[in-house]
Amino acid sequence: MTDIIQVYVFVLAAFVGYQVITRVPPLLHTPLMSATNAISGISLVGSLVVAGSDHGFLASVLGLIAVTCAMTNVVGGFLITDRMLKMFKHQPERPAEKN
Amino acid sequence: MTRDLVIELTYLAASILFMLGLRSLTKPDRARRGMNQAALGMLLAIVGTLVKEEIVRYDWIIVGLILGSIIGYPLGMFVPMTAMPQRIAFSHMFGALAASFVGIAEYTTALRLGEEITSARMTALGFEVLFGSLTVTGSFMAFGKLAEFITGRPVTYRGQNAANAVLFAVTIGLLIYLIARPVNQTAFFVMVALAFLIGVFLVLPIGGADMPVVISLLNSYAGLAAAATGFAIGNNVLIIAGALDGASGFLLSIIMSKAMNRSFGNILFGAFGSKITATGKSAEGLVVNEVSVEDAALRLAYARNVVMVPGYGMAVAQAQHQVREVAELIEKNGGEVRYAIHPVAGRMPGHMNVLLAEANVPYDNLIGMEEINPQFPVADVALVIGANDVVNPAARNDPLSPIYGMPILDADKAQSVIVLKRSMNPGFAGIENELFYRPNTSMLFGDAKTSLTRLAAEMKNL
Repeated sequence: MTDIIQVYVFVLAAFVGYQVITRVPPLLHTPLMSATNAISGISLVGSLVVAGSDHGFLASVLGLIAVTCAMTNVVGGFLITDRMLKMFKHQPERPAEKN
Repeated sequence: MTRDLVIELTYLAASILFMLGLRSLTKPDRARRGMNQAALGMLLAIVGTLVKEEIVRYDWIIVGLILGSIIGYPLGMFVPMTAMPQRIAFSHMFGALAASFVGIAEYTTALRLGEEITSARMTALGFEVLFGSLTVTGSFMAFGKLAEFITGRPVTYRGQNAANAVLFAVTIGLLIYLIARPVNQTAFFVMVALAFLIGVFLVLPIGGADMPVVISLLNSYAGLAAAATGFAIGNNVLIIAGALDGASGFLLSIIMSKAMNRSFGNILFGAFGSKITATGKSAEGLVVNEVSVEDAALRLAYARNVVMVPGYGMAVAQAQHQVREVAELIEKNGGEVRYAIHPVAGRMPGHMNVLLAEANVPYDNLIGMEEINPQFPVADVALVIGANDVVNPAARNDPLSPIYGMPILDADKAQSVIVLKRSMNPGFAGIENELFYRPNTSMLFGDAKTSLTRLAAEMKNL
């Protein structure tokens, strides 16, 4: 039963995601990629449990590497996305439509 | 029980904040604030997880979090914008590695503890390590090709597609076998190894110009691996975030392949550009008009309406700041400058936009293909900076050309065209470009950055 609910969650989230992301302008496609990259760091949620459950050395080492990789994406991903978005600026004083 | 409820609520809040963050990217002005919300969501999810009952020791966790922050900070703050495509490919590798290692640890731990692995859980674990592992090596190959320590040319050999098909079939076969008999560890690790191989062989035949599609596709796979992790450990925030990433990557790859007028299958198995056959028109007997820096500067200085057409060559030469400088000089003389952005110009979705934004070009002047194309005929000059295939008229009028049917920027319809190009070597796809031989086209040979610097110096003297 929970399996089916999970499928529901997945399908609905993918659908909402698709609807939202369709409206992202090509201008911001690179920040979109780095943003989803940062969000994919959510694997941390799984990695932390593996690293902290004390299920033997192998599991802990795999968990450590997973936490490191996921945290790298979280920190690096959000920082670079912000750095990029900071660069996108409006035309200063002059209005865009001149002619 | 209360603890579990609180944790679930932090996950719910995180999921909502992620969606709000992605939605904010529809408006450049709101995007930064939205991404801060998404980051807050991530913080909530992490804190929520840290107080979970299953977590009994924190030493490994703390080391991992510190290491990740130490590696992540420079990757976020100091990587130059020109290195963005390889930076993105690199981080897909990290995300996928995390997912596949979690999957492997989950599997081995379950076996060690003698837990029964249901077929539903095995399916999830299988997809998790499959998507994870092939994304790790696939992203590494993409990273290598973009950073140019692996050849950017497609690598092909006889029977390649057949060999890949067999590899793929065996891997899926192993997955099906494992779902029936989850206890067979050998089968599991052979499957993981094969998935790593698939990643390598999948990206090997793909050329540099097709990288925007590949990066998007790997983006999607990394998301699906995260979603599969969520299924395996029964965690909704993972499923939701993974689905969002998967959908985003999938959508981007569709947009990119549409912009190249090619199907997924064609990109993955077509090995575009491997053979430089003269399918299109030959350039024999045609002459190019070369233009001096002085003449080009003069024409730009007195142009009323200029459209800049940047391509991958601008990124390679890192000439975006010089482009901006020339544009400013034209504007100072009363001319109007806009930038025509082809969706697949460069090596990743949005590549040109980021580079020009870095050079302080206001985003209002970065115009997409559909909007700018009708305006080329009224442009006095189209200045093509290191773009080739995206302005090749053969895509419109030569059914024999490999890029026939691809939507292009109509730079050839401008009153006059100045092309900045290193030499007459054909572009990445190895196709002759008849734009260069048109009577209204002038070629300015040399490195784009040097040419633009000289143009700017000349224009200041006028």
